[in-house]
Amino acid sequence: MITAPVSIEVNGIARSATIEPRLLLVHYLRDQLGLTGTHVGCETSQCGACTVLLDGEAVKSCTVLAVQADGHAVTTIEGLAAPGMLHPVQQAFWEEHGLQCGFCTPGMVLSALALLNENAYPDEAAIRHGLEGNLCRCTGYQNIVHAVESAAARMADGAVAVRISG
Amino acid sequence: MNPAPFAYHRAGSVAEAIGLLQQFGGEGKLLAGGHSLLPIMKLRLAEPAHLIDLSTIEALRGISERNGEIAIGAMTTHRGVAQSDLLVRQAPVLAEAAASVGDRQVRNRGTIGGAVAHGDAAADYPAALLALDAVIVAEGPNGERVIAAADFFVDFLVTALEPDEVVTEIRFAPPPMRSGGNYQKLANQASGYALVGVAAQVTLTEDGRFETARIGVTGAIPAARRATGVEDALTGQAATEATITGAATHASESLDLLSDLHASAEYRDRVLQGLTKRALSAAVAAATTV
Repeated sequence: MITAPVSIEVNGIARSATIEPRLLLVHYLRDQLGLTGTHVGCETSQCGACTVLLDGEAVKSCTVLAVQADGHAVTTIEGLAAPGMLHPVQQAFWEEHGLQCGFCTPGMVLSALALLNENAYPDEAAIRHGLEGNLCRCTGYQNIVHAVESAAARMADGAVAVRISG
Repeated sequence: MNPAPFAYHRAGSVAEAIGLLQQFGGEGKLLAGGHSLLPIMKLRLAEPAHLIDLSTIEALRGISERNGEIAIGAMTTHRGVAQSDLLVRQAPVLAEAAASVGDRQVRNRGTIGGAVAHGDAAADYPAALLALDAVIVAEGPNGERVIAAADFFVDFLVTALEPDEVVTEIRFAPPPMRSGGNYQKLANQASGYALVGVAAQVTLTEDGRFETARIGVTGAIPAARRATGVEDALTGQAATEATITGAATHASESLDLLSDLHASAEYRDRVLQGLTKRALSAAVAAATTV
Protein backbone atom coordinates (compact mmCIF):
# COMPACT_ATOMS: atom_id res chain seq x y z
CA MET A 1 0.00 0.00 0.00
CA ILE A 2 1.28 3.45 -0.96
CA THR A 3 1.40 5.84 1.99
CA ALA A 4 2.42 9.44 2.62
CA PRO A 5 3.02 11.43 5.81
CA VAL A 6 0.83 14.43 6.57
CA SER A 7 0.92 17.12 9.22
CA ILE A 8 -2.23 19.18 9.41
CA GLU A 9 -3.32 21.63 12.07
CA VAL A 10 -6.94 20.74 12.82
CA ASN A 11 -8.94 23.11 15.01
CA GLY A 12 -5.71 24.52 16.38
CA ILE A 13 -4.12 21.18 17.21
CA ALA A 14 -1.19 19.78 15.21
CA ARG A 15 -2.02 16.34 13.87
CA SER A 16 0.29 13.92 12.10
CA ALA A 17 -0.53 10.72 10.35
CA THR A 18 0.63 8.30 7.68
CA ILE A 19 -2.16 7.90 5.17
CA GLU A 20 -2.92 6.79 1.64
CA PRO A 21 -2.61 9.72 -0.80
CA ARG A 22 -6.09 8.93 -2.08
CA LEU A 23 -7.64 9.56 1.34
CA LEU A 24 -10.03 12.49 1.00
CA LEU A 25 -9.74 15.25 3.59
CA VAL A 26 -13.36 14.64 4.64
CA HIS A 27 -12.59 11.00 5.41
CA TYR A 28 -9.39 11.88 7.25
CA LEU A 29 -11.37 14.25 9.47
CA ARG A 30 -14.33 11.91 10.02
CA ASP A 31 -12.77 8.45 10.11
CA GLN A 32 -9.29 9.08 11.49
CA LEU A 33 -9.88 12.06 13.75
CA GLY A 34 -13.46 11.23 14.71
CA LEU A 35 -14.66 14.71 13.76
CA THR A 36 -17.96 13.60 12.31
CA GLY A 37 -19.57 17.04 12.23
CA THR A 38 -18.33 17.36 8.65
CA HIS A 39 -20.75 15.40 6.47
CA VAL A 40 -20.53 13.47 3.22
CA GLY A 41 -23.59 14.36 1.14
CA CYS A 42 -23.52 14.11 -2.63
CA GLU A 43 -20.10 12.63 -3.51
CA THR A 44 -20.14 14.85 -6.63
CA SER A 45 -18.72 18.09 -5.20
CA GLN A 46 -22.04 19.90 -5.41
CA CYS A 47 -23.83 19.93 -2.04
CA GLY A 48 -21.26 21.51 0.30
CA ALA A 49 -22.20 19.40 3.35
CA CYS A 50 -18.48 18.61 3.59
CA THR A 51 -17.43 22.27 3.77
CA VAL A 52 -14.54 23.08 6.12
CA LEU A 53 -12.18 26.06 6.34
CA LEU A 54 -8.72 25.48 4.87
CA ASP A 55 -6.42 28.33 5.92
CA GLY A 56 -9.61 30.25 6.62
CA GLU A 57 -11.15 29.67 3.17
CA ALA A 58 -14.30 27.59 2.67
CA VAL A 59 -13.52 24.43 0.69
CA LYS A 60 -15.34 21.19 -0.08
CA SER A 61 -13.34 18.65 1.87
CA CYS A 62 -14.65 15.82 -0.31
CA THR A 63 -12.76 17.37 -3.21
CA VAL A 64 -9.49 17.92 -1.39
CA LEU A 65 -6.99 15.15 -0.69
CA ALA A 66 -5.67 15.06 2.87
CA VAL A 67 -2.15 15.24 1.39
CA GLN A 68 -3.08 18.57 -0.21
CA ALA A 69 -3.77 19.92 3.29
CA ASP A 70 -0.33 18.87 4.53
CA GLY A 71 1.28 21.89 6.19
CA HIS A 72 -2.00 23.79 6.29
CA ALA A 73 -4.70 24.54 8.88
CA VAL A 74 -8.22 23.13 8.85
CA THR A 75 -11.20 24.35 10.87
CA THR A 76 -14.19 22.06 11.21
CA ILE A 77 -17.56 22.80 12.81
CA GLU A 78 -16.22 21.34 16.04
CA GLY A 79 -13.56 24.02 16.05
CA LEU A 80 -15.86 27.03 16.06
CA ALA A 81 -16.30 27.12 19.82
CA ALA A 82 -15.24 25.20 22.90
CA PRO A 83 -17.45 22.28 23.99
CA GLY A 84 -20.66 23.56 25.51
CA MET A 85 -20.33 26.89 23.73
CA LEU A 86 -21.86 28.24 20.52
CA HIS A 87 -20.17 30.58 18.06
CA PRO A 88 -22.30 33.64 17.18
CA VAL A 89 -23.04 32.10 13.75
CA GLN A 90 -24.24 28.90 15.40
CA GLN A 91 -26.26 30.93 17.90
CA ALA A 92 -27.90 32.80 15.02
CA PHE A 93 -28.76 29.59 13.15
CA TRP A 94 -30.39 28.25 16.33
CA GLU A 95 -32.39 31.36 17.15
CA GLU A 96 -33.51 32.01 13.56
CA HIS A 97 -34.45 28.34 12.99
CA GLY A 98 -31.95 28.15 10.14
CA LEU A 99 -31.96 24.35 10.18
CA GLN A 100 -34.39 21.42 10.27
CA CYS A 101 -32.65 18.06 9.86
CA GLY A 102 -29.24 19.65 10.40
CA PHE A 103 -27.40 17.68 7.74
CA CYS A 104 -26.32 20.69 5.69
CA THR A 105 -25.84 22.86 8.76
CA PRO A 106 -22.16 22.42 9.65
CA GLY A 107 -21.18 23.19 6.07
CA MET A 108 -23.69 26.03 5.91
CA VAL A 109 -22.36 27.57 9.15
CA LEU A 110 -18.74 27.41 8.01
CA SER A 111 -19.58 28.85 4.60
CA ALA A 112 -21.52 31.63 6.28
CA LEU A 113 -18.60 32.35 8.59
CA ALA A 114 -16.18 32.51 5.67
CA LEU A 115 -18.59 34.82 3.85
CA LEU A 116 -18.90 37.13 6.85
CA ASN A 117 -15.14 37.19 7.33
CA GLU A 118 -14.84 38.56 3.81
CA ASN A 119 -17.99 40.70 3.74
CA ALA A 120 -19.19 41.79 7.16
CA TYR A 121 -22.43 43.35 5.94
CA PRO A 122 -23.81 41.21 3.12
CA ASP A 123 -27.25 41.98 1.73
CA GLU A 124 -29.70 39.21 0.96
CA ALA A 125 -28.45 38.80 -2.61
CA ALA A 126 -24.84 38.54 -1.42
CA ILE A 127 -25.83 35.95 1.19
CA ARG A 128 -27.72 33.80 -1.29
CA HIS A 129 -24.91 34.10 -3.84
CA GLY A 130 -22.28 33.42 -1.21
CA LEU A 131 -23.99 30.21 -0.10
CA GLU A 132 -24.50 28.79 -3.60
CA GLY A 133 -22.06 26.03 -2.76
CA ASN A 134 -24.26 24.72 0.05
CA LEU A 135 -27.51 22.91 -0.74
CA CYS A 136 -30.34 22.46 1.77
CA ARG A 137 -33.24 20.10 1.14
CA CYS A 138 -35.32 21.08 4.16
CA THR A 139 -35.58 24.80 4.78
CA GLY A 140 -36.01 26.49 1.42
CA TYR A 141 -33.13 28.74 2.56
CA GLN A 142 -35.37 31.49 3.98
CA ASN A 143 -34.33 31.05 7.61
CA ILE A 144 -30.75 30.32 6.61
CA VAL A 145 -30.63 33.80 5.09
CA HIS A 146 -32.18 35.26 8.26
CA ALA A 147 -29.60 33.39 10.32
CA VAL A 148 -26.72 34.84 8.34
CA GLU A 149 -28.19 38.35 8.59
CA SER A 150 -28.57 37.87 12.32
CA ALA A 151 -25.02 36.51 12.59
CA ALA A 152 -23.69 39.52 10.71
CA ALA A 153 -25.41 41.86 13.13
CA ARG A 154 -24.18 39.91 16.14
CA MET A 155 -20.59 39.85 14.93
CA ALA A 156 -20.69 43.53 14.01
CA ASP A 157 -21.78 44.13 17.59
CA GLY A 158 -18.72 42.20 18.79
CA ALA A 159 -20.54 39.04 19.86
CA VAL A 160 -18.40 36.16 21.11
CA ALA A 161 -19.12 32.50 21.74
CA VAL A 162 -21.89 31.90 24.24
CA ARG A 163 -22.58 28.96 26.52
CA ILE A 164 -25.43 26.71 25.45
CA SER A 165 -28.19 27.20 28.00
CA GLY A 166 -30.68 24.61 29.16
CA MET B 1 -16.40 6.17 -4.36
CA ASN B 2 -12.84 6.72 -3.33
CA PRO B 3 -10.24 7.20 -6.03
CA ALA B 4 -8.15 4.18 -6.99
CA PRO B 5 -4.75 4.06 -5.27
CA PHE B 6 -2.04 6.37 -6.59
CA ALA B 7 1.36 7.70 -5.61
CA TYR B 8 1.57 11.41 -4.74
CA HIS B 9 4.43 13.68 -5.76
CA ARG B 10 4.94 17.34 -5.04
CA ALA B 11 6.81 19.11 -7.87
CA GLY B 12 9.11 21.90 -6.68
CA SER B 13 9.39 23.43 -10.14
CA VAL B 14 7.86 23.28 -13.62
CA ALA B 15 10.98 21.47 -14.85
CA GLU B 16 10.52 18.84 -12.16
CA ALA B 17 6.85 18.45 -13.07
CA ILE B 18 7.74 17.92 -16.75
CA GLY B 19 10.39 15.38 -15.73
CA LEU B 20 7.85 13.46 -13.66
CA LEU B 21 5.27 13.52 -16.49
CA GLN B 22 7.87 12.03 -18.81
CA GLN B 23 8.94 9.49 -16.22
CA PHE B 24 5.42 8.22 -15.62
CA GLY B 25 4.29 8.26 -19.26
CA GLY B 26 0.53 8.11 -19.53
CA GLU B 27 0.21 7.14 -15.86
CA GLY B 28 0.95 10.60 -14.49
CA LYS B 29 -1.56 13.45 -14.13
CA LEU B 30 -0.96 16.99 -12.96
CA LEU B 31 -2.89 18.13 -9.87
CA ALA B 32 -3.73 21.82 -9.71
CA GLY B 33 -6.94 22.71 -7.80
CA GLY B 34 -8.24 19.21 -8.34
CA HIS B 35 -11.84 20.28 -8.89
CA SER B 36 -12.09 18.70 -12.32
CA LEU B 37 -9.63 15.83 -11.78
CA LEU B 38 -10.64 14.60 -8.32
CA PRO B 39 -14.39 14.32 -9.11
CA ILE B 40 -13.44 12.26 -12.19
CA MET B 41 -11.10 10.08 -10.11
CA LYS B 42 -13.79 9.59 -7.47
CA LEU B 43 -16.05 8.20 -10.19
CA ARG B 44 -13.08 6.09 -11.32
CA LEU B 45 -13.43 7.46 -14.85
CA ALA B 46 -9.70 8.11 -14.57
CA GLU B 47 -7.22 6.09 -12.51
CA PRO B 48 -3.80 7.70 -12.88
CA ALA B 49 -1.14 5.84 -10.93
CA HIS B 50 0.71 9.07 -10.13
CA LEU B 51 -0.48 12.56 -9.20
CA ILE B 52 1.96 15.47 -9.54
CA ASP B 53 0.92 18.35 -7.31
CA LEU B 54 1.79 21.82 -8.68
CA SER B 55 0.56 23.78 -5.66
CA THR B 56 3.94 24.66 -4.16
CA ILE B 57 5.42 26.11 -7.38
CA GLU B 58 5.40 29.84 -6.63
CA ALA B 59 6.44 30.71 -10.19
CA LEU B 60 2.98 29.60 -11.36
CA ARG B 61 1.15 32.12 -9.18
CA GLY B 62 0.45 35.80 -9.60
CA ILE B 63 -1.06 38.28 -12.02
CA SER B 64 1.13 40.97 -13.54
CA GLU B 65 1.65 43.33 -16.46
CA ARG B 66 4.78 42.49 -18.42
CA ASN B 67 6.01 43.73 -21.82
CA GLY B 68 2.63 45.28 -22.57
CA GLU B 69 0.74 42.08 -21.81
CA ILE B 70 -1.24 40.90 -18.82
CA ALA B 71 0.06 37.56 -17.56
CA ILE B 72 -1.88 35.25 -15.23
CA GLY B 73 -0.05 32.39 -13.54
CA ALA B 74 -1.66 29.02 -14.19
CA MET B 75 -2.12 28.23 -10.50
CA THR B 76 -4.09 31.43 -9.85
CA THR B 77 -7.43 30.41 -8.37
CA HIS B 78 -10.76 31.45 -9.88
CA ARG B 79 -11.19 33.64 -6.82
CA GLY B 80 -7.82 35.27 -7.51
CA VAL B 81 -8.80 35.98 -11.11
CA ALA B 82 -12.26 37.26 -10.13
CA GLN B 83 -11.00 39.60 -7.41
CA SER B 84 -7.86 40.91 -9.13
CA ASP B 85 -8.00 44.72 -9.27
CA LEU B 86 -5.98 44.64 -12.47
CA LEU B 87 -8.35 42.25 -14.21
CA VAL B 88 -11.53 43.84 -12.92
CA ARG B 89 -10.27 47.12 -14.35
CA GLN B 90 -8.69 45.96 -17.59
CA ALA B 91 -10.46 42.73 -18.55
CA PRO B 92 -13.77 42.44 -16.71
CA VAL B 93 -14.97 39.79 -19.14
CA LEU B 94 -12.35 37.45 -17.69
CA ALA B 95 -12.95 38.43 -14.06
CA GLU B 96 -16.69 37.92 -14.60
CA ALA B 97 -16.16 34.51 -16.16
CA ALA B 98 -14.00 33.49 -13.19
CA ALA B 99 -16.57 34.83 -10.72
CA SER B 100 -19.25 32.69 -12.34
CA VAL B 101 -17.42 29.38 -11.96
CA GLY B 102 -19.18 26.94 -9.62
CA ASP B 103 -19.45 28.46 -6.18
CA ARG B 104 -17.23 30.09 -3.55
CA GLN B 105 -15.73 26.84 -2.32
CA VAL B 106 -14.88 25.76 -5.87
CA ARG B 107 -13.43 29.17 -6.67
CA ASN B 108 -11.16 28.94 -3.63
CA ARG B 109 -9.48 25.84 -5.07
CA GLY B 110 -9.96 25.64 -8.83
CA THR B 111 -7.31 27.30 -10.99
CA ILE B 112 -7.34 28.96 -14.41
CA GLY B 113 -4.51 26.73 -15.65
CA GLY B 114 -6.19 23.57 -14.48
CA ALA B 115 -9.57 24.53 -15.92
CA VAL B 116 -8.05 25.48 -19.27
CA ALA B 117 -5.91 22.32 -19.47
CA HIS B 118 -8.93 20.15 -18.66
CA GLY B 119 -10.90 21.54 -21.59
CA ASP B 120 -14.44 21.06 -20.31
CA ALA B 121 -16.90 22.13 -22.99
CA ALA B 122 -19.04 23.95 -20.42
CA ALA B 123 -16.21 25.79 -18.66
CA ASP B 124 -16.37 29.56 -18.56
CA TYR B 125 -12.78 30.64 -19.21
CA PRO B 126 -12.54 29.46 -22.83
CA ALA B 127 -15.24 31.90 -23.96
CA ALA B 128 -13.48 34.82 -22.24
CA LEU B 129 -10.05 33.79 -23.53
CA LEU B 130 -11.39 33.65 -27.09
CA ALA B 131 -12.99 37.07 -26.68
CA LEU B 132 -9.70 38.50 -25.40
CA ASP B 133 -7.66 36.79 -28.14
CA ALA B 134 -5.50 35.36 -25.35
CA VAL B 135 -2.66 32.85 -25.58
CA ILE B 136 -2.02 29.81 -23.41
CA VAL B 137 1.65 29.32 -22.57
CA ALA B 138 2.79 25.75 -22.01
CA GLU B 139 6.17 24.29 -21.12
CA GLY B 140 7.30 20.83 -22.13
CA PRO B 141 10.47 18.80 -22.71
CA ASN B 142 11.01 20.75 -25.95
CA GLY B 143 10.66 24.15 -24.34
CA GLU B 144 7.91 26.74 -24.32
CA ARG B 145 4.92 26.87 -26.66
CA VAL B 146 2.60 29.84 -27.04
CA ILE B 147 -0.79 28.60 -28.23
CA ALA B 148 -3.55 30.95 -29.38
CA ALA B 149 -6.83 30.34 -27.58
CA ALA B 150 -8.47 29.87 -30.99
CA ASP B 151 -6.20 26.86 -31.55
CA PHE B 152 -6.29 25.51 -28.01
CA PHE B 153 -9.80 24.17 -27.47
CA VAL B 154 -9.91 21.38 -30.03
CA ASP B 155 -12.86 19.18 -29.10
CA PHE B 156 -14.85 17.89 -26.10
CA LEU B 157 -12.24 17.48 -23.32
CA VAL B 158 -9.48 17.69 -25.96
CA THR B 159 -7.01 20.55 -25.96
CA ALA B 160 -3.87 21.26 -27.97
CA LEU B 161 -1.70 20.32 -24.98
CA GLU B 162 0.76 17.44 -25.28
CA PRO B 163 0.68 14.85 -22.46
CA ASP B 164 4.04 16.02 -21.11
CA GLU B 165 3.28 19.75 -21.12
CA VAL B 166 2.40 22.04 -18.22
CA VAL B 167 0.27 25.16 -18.68
CA THR B 168 2.31 27.90 -17.04
CA GLU B 169 0.39 31.09 -17.77
CA ILE B 170 -2.35 32.83 -19.74
CA ARG B 171 -1.43 36.06 -21.51
CA PHE B 172 -3.32 38.70 -23.45
CA ALA B 173 -2.91 42.30 -24.56
CA PRO B 174 -4.92 44.68 -22.38
CA PRO B 175 -7.84 46.03 -24.43
CA PRO B 176 -7.29 49.57 -25.75
CA MET B 177 -9.35 52.71 -25.06
CA ARG B 178 -13.05 52.60 -25.91
CA SER B 179 -13.21 48.89 -25.13
CA GLY B 180 -15.71 46.97 -23.07
CA GLY B 181 -16.37 43.35 -22.19
CA ASN B 182 -19.05 41.27 -20.52
CA TYR B 183 -19.77 37.63 -19.74
CA GLN B 184 -23.30 36.22 -19.72
CA LYS B 185 -24.13 32.70 -18.64
CA LEU B 186 -27.10 30.42 -18.20
CA ALA B 187 -25.89 27.95 -15.63
CA ASN B 188 -27.07 24.42 -14.90
CA GLN B 189 -28.65 24.85 -11.47
CA ALA B 190 -26.95 21.90 -9.81
CA SER B 191 -23.48 21.81 -11.32
CA GLY B 192 -23.06 25.50 -12.07
CA TYR B 193 -21.63 24.67 -15.48
CA ALA B 194 -22.66 26.77 -18.48
CA LEU B 195 -25.58 25.49 -20.54
CA VAL B 196 -24.70 28.51 -22.64
CA GLY B 197 -21.92 31.05 -21.93
CA VAL B 198 -21.19 34.11 -24.05
CA ALA B 199 -18.21 36.44 -23.65
CA ALA B 200 -18.22 39.66 -25.64
CA GLN B 201 -15.21 41.98 -26.00
CA VAL B 202 -15.60 45.06 -28.22
CA THR B 203 -13.61 48.13 -29.18
CA LEU B 204 -15.46 51.11 -30.64
CA THR B 205 -14.27 53.79 -33.03
CA GLU B 206 -14.50 57.45 -32.04
CA ASP B 207 -17.75 57.77 -33.98
CA GLY B 208 -19.37 54.84 -32.21
CA ARG B 209 -18.85 51.98 -34.67
CA PHE B 210 -17.56 48.48 -33.91
CA GLU B 211 -13.84 48.55 -34.62
CA THR B 212 -13.43 45.04 -33.27
CA ALA B 213 -15.95 42.63 -31.80
CA ARG B 214 -15.04 39.18 -30.52
CA ILE B 215 -17.66 36.83 -29.13
CA GLY B 216 -16.59 33.61 -27.40
CA VAL B 217 -19.19 30.88 -26.91
CA THR B 218 -19.03 27.97 -24.48
CA GLY B 219 -21.41 25.40 -23.06
CA ALA B 220 -23.59 25.14 -26.17
CA ILE B 221 -20.97 23.43 -28.33
CA PRO B 222 -18.42 20.58 -28.00
CA ALA B 223 -15.53 23.05 -27.59
CA ALA B 224 -15.48 26.83 -27.21
CA ARG B 225 -15.57 28.80 -30.45
CA ARG B 226 -15.96 32.35 -31.69
CA ALA B 227 -19.41 33.33 -32.99
CA THR B 228 -18.06 34.53 -36.32
CA GLY B 229 -21.54 35.03 -37.77
CA VAL B 230 -22.21 37.70 -35.15
CA GLU B 231 -18.76 39.26 -35.50
CA ASP B 232 -19.12 39.61 -39.27
CA ALA B 233 -22.49 41.34 -38.81
CA LEU B 234 -21.00 43.85 -36.37
CA THR B 235 -17.62 44.95 -37.70
CA GLY B 236 -17.77 48.49 -39.03
CA GLN B 237 -21.44 48.88 -38.07
CA ALA B 238 -22.85 51.44 -35.66
CA ALA B 239 -22.93 50.17 -32.07
CA THR B 240 -26.67 50.45 -31.61
CA GLU B 241 -29.31 48.21 -30.07
CA ALA B 242 -30.71 47.55 -33.52
CA THR B 243 -27.37 46.39 -34.89
CA ILE B 244 -26.77 44.20 -31.88
CA THR B 245 -30.22 42.64 -32.05
CA GLY B 246 -29.81 41.89 -35.74
CA ALA B 247 -26.30 40.51 -35.31
CA ALA B 248 -27.34 38.27 -32.41
CA THR B 249 -29.67 36.33 -34.71
CA HIS B 250 -26.52 34.99 -36.41
CA ALA B 251 -25.14 33.61 -33.15
CA SER B 252 -25.40 29.92 -33.95
CA GLU B 253 -24.12 30.23 -37.52
CA SER B 254 -21.26 27.77 -38.08
CA LEU B 255 -21.62 26.51 -34.51
CA ASP B 256 -22.42 22.85 -33.86
CA LEU B 257 -25.03 23.24 -31.08
CA LEU B 258 -25.34 20.41 -28.57
CA SER B 259 -28.49 18.49 -27.70
CA ASP B 260 -28.08 16.59 -24.45
CA LEU B 261 -29.95 15.72 -21.28
CA HIS B 262 -29.60 19.29 -20.04
CA ALA B 263 -30.98 21.17 -23.06
CA SER B 264 -31.91 20.75 -26.71
CA ALA B 265 -30.03 22.48 -29.50
CA GLU B 266 -33.12 24.59 -30.23
CA TYR B 267 -33.26 25.81 -26.63
CA ARG B 268 -29.53 26.53 -26.65
CA ASP B 269 -29.92 28.49 -29.87
CA ARG B 270 -32.58 30.76 -28.37
CA VAL B 271 -30.60 31.27 -25.19
CA LEU B 272 -27.42 31.87 -27.19
CA GLN B 273 -29.07 34.66 -29.18
CA GLY B 274 -30.43 36.25 -26.03
CA LEU B 275 -27.17 36.08 -24.09
CA THR B 276 -25.22 37.35 -27.10
CA LYS B 277 -27.47 40.38 -27.21
CA ARG B 278 -27.08 41.01 -23.47
CA ALA B 279 -23.31 40.54 -23.50
CA LEU B 280 -22.87 42.89 -26.46
CA SER B 281 -25.15 45.57 -24.99
CA ALA B 282 -23.25 45.47 -21.71
CA ALA B 283 -19.88 45.49 -23.48
CA VAL B 284 -20.88 48.50 -25.59
CA ALA B 285 -22.15 50.31 -22.50
CA ALA B 286 -18.83 49.66 -20.78
CA ALA B 287 -16.91 50.83 -23.85
CA THR B 288 -18.80 54.11 -23.94
CA THR B 289 -18.40 54.79 -20.23
CA VAL B 290 -15.52 57.08 -19.48
